[in-house]
Amino acid sequence: MNAQQKNNLLEIKNLTVSSAGKTILKGLDMGIPAGQIHVLMGPNGSGKSTLSKTIMGADDVEIIKGRIYFKSKRINELSPEERAHLGIFLANQYPVEVPGVNLSNFLRIAYNSRFTDKKKHMSPLKFRSFLEEKSKLIDLSIEFSKRNLNEGFSGGEKKKCEILQMAVLEPKLAILDETDSGLDVDALKTVFMAVNKIKSQNKAMSLLIITHYERIFNYIKPDKIHILQDGKIIKTGNRELLKSIQKFGFKKFSK
Amino acid sequence: MKRKPKFNRDYKKKYGFSDSVEYTQKFPKGLNEEVIRRISAIKNEPEWMLERRLKSYEEFKNRPTPMWGANLAQIDFDNIHYFAKASGKKGRKWEDVPEKIKTTFDRLKIPQSERKFLAGTATQYESEVVYSRLKEEWQKLGVIFEDTDSGLRKYPELFKKYFGKVIPYKDNKLAALNTSVWSGGSFIYVPKGVKVKVPLQTYFRINLENMGQFERTLIIADEGSQLHYLEGCTAPMYSTDSLHAAVVEIIVHKNAKVRYTTIQNWSNNVYNLVTKRAIAYENARMEWVDCNLGSKITMKYPAVWLLGRKAHGEVLSIAYADKGQTQDAGAKIIHRAPDTSSIIKSKSICMNGGRTSYRGLLKATHNAKNSKSKVICDALIFDNKSRTDTYPTNEIDAQSFSLEHEASVSKISQEQLFYLTSRGLSEEQATSLIVSGFIEPIAKELPMEYAVELNALLDMSMEGSVG
Repeated sequence: MNAQQKNNLLEIKNLTVSSAGKTILKGLDMGIPAGQIHVLMGPNGSGKSTLSKTIMGADDVEIIKGRIYFKSKRINELSPEERAHLGIFLANQYPVEVPGVNLSNFLRIAYNSRFTDKKKHMSPLKFRSFLEEKSKLIDLSIEFSKRNLNEGFSGGEKKKCEILQMAVLEPKLAILDETDSGLDVDALKTVFMAVNKIKSQNKAMSLLIITHYERIFNYIKPDKIHILQDGKIIKTGNRELLKSIQKFGFKKFSK
Repeated sequence: MKRKPKFNRDYKKKYGFSDSVEYTQKFPKGLNEEVIRRISAIKNEPEWMLERRLKSYEEFKNRPTPMWGANLAQIDFDNIHYFAKASGKKGRKWEDVPEKIKTTFDRLKIPQSERKFLAGTATQYESEVVYSRLKEEWQKLGVIFEDTDSGLRKYPELFKKYFGKVIPYKDNKLAALNTSVWSGGSFIYVPKGVKVKVPLQTYFRINLENMGQFERTLIIADEGSQLHYLEGCTAPMYSTDSLHAAVVEIIVHKNAKVRYTTIQNWSNNVYNLVTKRAIAYENARMEWVDCNLGSKITMKYPAVWLLGRKAHGEVLSIAYADKGQTQDAGAKIIHRAPDTSSIIKSKSICMNGGRTSYRGLLKATHNAKNSKSKVICDALIFDNKSRTDTYPTNEIDAQSFSLEHEASVSKISQEQLFYLTSRGLSEEQATSLIVSGFIEPIAKELPMEYAVELNALLDMSMEGSVG
């Protein structure tokens, strides 16, 4: 690794990943320095969700080749739990329902697990006011967390719940996998204003935002935009890149 | 590395110990007429009870072991002690309980819970109740809370009127066995209009190897009264089997309300074959909350007969089967009056080769006009070695009867596990959380102290195995 790569919070080298017997990522390279916001775009089926699941350590994807470094430490073999403890967070595209599990109770367990340092642990009472503060960032009342984890939530509520979890768990790297899809204009605004607020409170946090839509650039000012196609990053650029995408679509870059 | 979940890990340490109590009476193994006459003589019973016992024994001998449910072929009825009495007298004060037994119940945290949230407590050790106490405020209101032997002595009229009326000895082989050798159990009478706001509790303990415990409980809730009764049970871990065959009869009079909550946590060498039935008269309400975590084989189907207009019955149950366990549990509701309603909710969990079955009977006679019932059975299955079955029987002869039935079987989903572990939870924590969420609709019906206990029992061990 060169000096820049060593400095990156997340560094991915030559990553080849298969899922259900099919090779999805084919030698992908990517680096995200601490504190930066990166956007990942690309057509359907290009491997965006596979990449996010691989970074988080899901067991339905298999690394064939390549390395993932987080703070210069190889994390290929770590479990999702261990990655969460390092500060990696994934806001899921389709958050799963966990019936009967109280959200605030879950959040407190998750918070106390995420921070292995016992000094950071909170009593239920202290956690409640902490949670109330975090809920406000997403325009949610404390009542929201009395519900069960994603059980019976609307699509928008599920996405807000993911961002609430991100606010509570204070990650070093947050991956937002199509958090913007399925949101109406108002919800989109609420969610990404919240992301900005969380980022401004936690400046060292890096974000990898996966999206299809340019509309989120109304709220997010990325440092870099990557274009993923057929399992590889085919172009990385700054916001200027967006103009070309708007004009020509993703196809222009595939040659 | 996959970690296998394992619940109830600390059983041996927490409940599985045995103590070297001295017995004033410990019958040799086996059952015959002489054994029954001796039990009756020790208790100094009226003649009619001895006759009933002997008739029941004939019934027991003549009936085959039921073959329709869990496998009971291995029960050796000749290899069981039918009566054992530890030395010392029954205590009214905790200090009076014999030292060894007191230590046992201290270890099970009985006296603490009594002080904390109960209106009265009884504890049964082997065949006899060793301690029982009802708080004075309830005594003054005429509430009776006795062991069943004392109940028979002190209240012969009530007894003759109700004993064996809800569950006749001919009901089934195990009920016949219980009626012939019964000993201990609770006798409760709540007078008209008295609402006992805090629960009464009995704790059952088997200590001897190859012991049979046959307690008999009779509860009468008079018109407009209210009662919540709790029972818990544990036993030491032995290599050979013990038998628990109880009978519980409940009469819920007009406008009365009874809830009967069980946390059954026998060690996994106990056959738990229990007949429980309540009758509910006009506008009465009967609720069974039945949690089966322990035992080798449980067969138990709490029943409610809805005999009066607008009567309501509920059976809420949780069954958990780990390696070597069969939980064959369910419910029976008989609608025999108009405008009656019932709810059955069953949640079962099986893992490591355990087996759960929901077996239910829902019956409505032609009298049960404008009645309704809702049956929900959910099973959670951990692995391919385990098994869950549902055997619902519906016999509806009533017109305008509404029946809803929902059943689901789900596996612990990899998606849920990934979701929770990616938030920093260990796989054990995640599984434990999914399970506690699964049983939450029933667990929330328990008093807080019991809910905490239930969650602790179901809590995941940190022990992992590579597989």
